[in-house]
Amino acid sequence: MRRLLPALLLLAAWPALAAPADGAGRVPLPAVDAGAGGQCVEPVEFMRRNHMELLLHQRDETMHRGIRTQRHSLRNCINCHAVDGAGQPVTLDDPEHFCVSCHRYAAVKLDCFQCHTGTPEPGVPGVVGADAWSRGLAATDPRGANP
Amino acid sequence: MSGAPIDRYRRRLLGGAVAAGTLTLAPGVFLHRLAEAKPEAEPVTAAVRWGLLVDANKCADCSVCVDACREEHGWDGHGRPRSDAQWIRKVELRDQTSGRQLSLPMMCQHCAHPPCVDVCPTGASFRRADGIVLVDKHTCIGCRYCMMACPYKARSFIHEELSDQKPYSPRGKGTVESCTLCVHRVDAGLAPACVDACQRDGRGALTFGDLNDTNGALRRALAEHATTQVRADLGLDLGVRYRGL
Repeated sequence: MRRLLPALLLLAAWPALAAPADGAGRVPLPAVDAGAGGQCVEPVEFMRRNHMELLLHQRDETMHRGIRTQRHSLRNCINCHAVDGAGQPVTLDDPEHFCVSCHRYAAVKLDCFQCHTGTPEPGVPGVVGADAWSRGLAATDPRGANP
Repeated sequence: MSGAPIDRYRRRLLGGAVAAGTLTLAPGVFLHRLAEAKPEAEPVTAAVRWGLLVDANKCADCSVCVDACREEHGWDGHGRPRSDAQWIRKVELRDQTSGRQLSLPMMCQHCAHPPCVDVCPTGASFRRADGIVLVDKHTCIGCRYCMMACPYKARSFIHEELSDQKPYSPRGKGTVESCTLCVHRVDAGLAPACVDACQRDGRGALTFGDLNDTNGALRRALAEHATTQVRADLGLDLGVRYRGL
């Protein structure tokens, strides 16, 4: 019986654990529109967990050392992602905004936009490919590439 | 290998050959470009010290520089002159004996020994390696010690919630701000917005350049004419110099 109980509990919880990842489960996933990019600067799985680390690192590099590579900059995120399917800018008031939709879902307060603008610059495309800093210079820079 | 442009940049820096040039965009429109922009992946170095010369003899009774700064960084006021943001302002001086009048812009003087940095409790106020004094608003707690410490009243505090900031000039409620010497333009190899505007629409009273570059336009102007630092008695070694005070 002692062995049977956990097995029964697992069986009871199975539908919830096995919920498909496409949002059809009990808890709806946020409707994230990836915007114009189509392809992110890093793999999506990596960005989901680490985008804040990249932004924090880039923030200090830009502010204090004047390093202005675009690849991991907040501006680049916004220019690529804060647009709808038709390429029109999406403002922070819109629940479909790329950053807002996920942060609302996860209930994580987002304070970047108290100072930074959340709407893309008109006519400035995002940079997806590797730029000099994160790829080409990694070999020559003693600190290596961005994480 | 992509290291080549950096080596060239370093060589030019060491050779002191960062000369100011003028790029003509269209008739009557000039973009003052420093000969070579810093590669975007390169950190700034102390090989350069950015500075500015204000020629009070040329400075007219206009506000082209102030308007250009306001436009560039979007610090439009709320009609409350005592508390509105003020990155640069025009100061009128009058000698009481002779009646001689002067009009000149006053902004952050980008000191080599900035009092604002000394008093900042969080390290938000800092001086970049190339001499530009900035506020890191990520760490600014809005205590305003730096505003009190600055002998030039160069800093202001943001009292209101803001929206639609410029992408290159983030500003937010509860932080202190001041002239950044248009650091986003300088890093791109351009002169500050006020300097460009004064050349274009004003009387060319502002000269921007590298204080370390003995062949540069700024150093040549400083070598040629008598210039002063405001409150030189404080020994702060200012990046902004005045001629004709």
